[in-house]
Amino acid sequence: MAFFTVFTIWVSAVRSSHLRINALMSGGARQTSAVTYWVRRAFNSLLVVWGVASLVFFALRLAPGDPVESILGEQALDVDKQKLRECLDLHLSLPEQYGRFMIEVTTGTFGELCEQKNVTVRDKLVENIPSTVELAFAGMLMAILISLPLGIVSALKRGTWVDNVAAFVSLLGLSMPNFWLGPMLLILFSVTLRLLPDPGSGIEGVTGLILPAITLGTALAAKLTRMTRTSVLDVLNQDFIRTARAKGLAERVVVGKHVLRNALIPVTTIAGLQLGALLTGAIIVEKVFARPGVGSLLLQAIEMRNYRIVQGCVLFIALTYVLVNILTDILYTFIDPRVSLNK
Amino acid sequence: MNTNDNSPSLTPARSISTRSAWVRSPTALFGVIVLCAVIFCAIFAPFIAPYERNDRDIRLQLHGPTLEHPFGTDESGADLVTEIVYGARVAVLVGLGTVLINLLFGVSLGALSGYLGGWVDEIIMRLIEILLAFPGILLAILIIFMTQQPSLLTVIFALSLTGWTGYARLVRGQVLIEREQQYVEAARALGFKTPTIVFRHILPNVMGPIMVQAAFGIAGAILAEASLSFLGLGPQDSASWGALLNQGANYFLIAQHMAIVPGVAIMLTVLAINFIGDALRDHFDPRLAGHVEA
Repeated sequence: MAFFTVFTIWVSAVRSSHLRINALMSGGARQTSAVTYWVRRAFNSLLVVWGVASLVFFALRLAPGDPVESILGEQALDVDKQKLRECLDLHLSLPEQYGRFMIEVTTGTFGELCEQKNVTVRDKLVENIPSTVELAFAGMLMAILISLPLGIVSALKRGTWVDNVAAFVSLLGLSMPNFWLGPMLLILFSVTLRLLPDPGSGIEGVTGLILPAITLGTALAAKLTRMTRTSVLDVLNQDFIRTARAKGLAERVVVGKHVLRNALIPVTTIAGLQLGALLTGAIIVEKVFARPGVGSLLLQAIEMRNYRIVQGCVLFIALTYVLVNILTDILYTFIDPRVSLNK
Repeated sequence: MNTNDNSPSLTPARSISTRSAWVRSPTALFGVIVLCAVIFCAIFAPFIAPYERNDRDIRLQLHGPTLEHPFGTDESGADLVTEIVYGARVAVLVGLGTVLINLLFGVSLGALSGYLGGWVDEIIMRLIEILLAFPGILLAILIIFMTQQPSLLTVIFALSLTGWTGYARLVRGQVLIEREQQYVEAARALGFKTPTIVFRHILPNVMGPIMVQAAFGIAGAILAEASLSFLGLGPQDSASWGALLNQGANYFLIAQHMAIVPGVAIMLTVLAINFIGDALRDHFDPRLAGHVEA
């Protein structure tokens, strides 16, 4: 409830600031300039970031049960309990805890660990981020490599068996749990065919990344294939394509230059928006392949009931997701000049 | 299929197309058959399962398929066919439960948001933006971490927490369009109250896209529950396909059947629902054929 009250006040503040800025920038007229748009976007993003942080804070603090007892067990010594309670700031009042939490979030440390002195959650995250980012980008690359050719071909050969097979394969990809595909690929390539190293062998590098990337990228590839197909079909029906054909351009040029350039704009956006979602997928893939990363860190922390790290990981993933979405949106307005700023 | 079509002239054509729909769409037929089988398993699990629920043969742990155990046994020596049949219950409950809660909250909040506009709209949309900042099952993971011993209900609740936002946005968009239609103006002029206009007049007209999203939502919820169970964060009071798969992933070097069977169960079910969802979408909006929700 406390969260909701603060939330309502914040919304009203942001709302009135919108109105004031609107009035200021456009002299009362009903037209929004680019500056207004970006200021409004910045406000909205701040609201989302604050909301995400607060939601995580209240979700963890208002949960039933004593975190200290769930970590140490009921039989633990009172001294140890008291120590941990103070370390987790639980001896403070809720507003004080909230204040400290917000400072920790804005400074980006996400708090100090209770088990190790002078080690913050940020240090733990920094250790694990490169591996996860590597996995996310590899997954994205794999998804694009599969989906673009498949989507384009099935749009160009609409209604043929190629299209049907592609449609079936992408629906299969959407229906397959990626944590299942992982073990299946391992059985096939590492156990049966012995082509790739098995995950226990600790071999790093590109070969160790292939299977995780396929596992992570499949669902996205399925989505992107369907997107690409729709998008290409959409563009193929446009007037300017008929014009291009009418003036005698070779089909290769029509498709390569006119169709693809326009069709790939929405696909790029979707791909960008999904990059953040790959981070959640990475939690599962890291578990399947026993890879280090933010997901593994989160799962270990859940098992150890380490509140600080769980909080830090969830915040990190959510905030990265928000940031990537904003960047994609900004990129979009640059790629496609037709996009109107007044949404 | 009960549709509310605005143009009466289309009705005869549509009923013909409904009758021949199964012929034109064998995938949808496949989907309905598989889904019926899963629901049948879920309802009559005790009668279908070849063994008792807690019947464990400790001499046959992680044993491959045999005549007595066609799918093999799991790590505790329980028959995998029995486990899969009972797992259908969890899948059906999670799928239907999550989507029903999502529909309830999403549709009503989205409708109010779109129809009332202003303050209500602003608050609901901001809340949705915040919830959408948690990709996939992230928020569900957090909620389940808090509750420590998640039950089936906890999992359904955790998945619904972000799930309703999609329906709310969809309904809001549709209501914004419908709000300007003349029949709404007429209803308002006749003095109907806002809830009546929204729920009795507008909502029936936007049910098509909602049904489509609900179908895909069931598939999504089943996959999400399986993911949570795979991470060891699923319902602790019932054995789901995801939990079986989690065992399978641990033993995939020695007992491949444990990894293959539950995965096939999940995939077939989700594929079947996706087929039905695709058919529903083509039915409600033929122009969108082949388009997928991003």
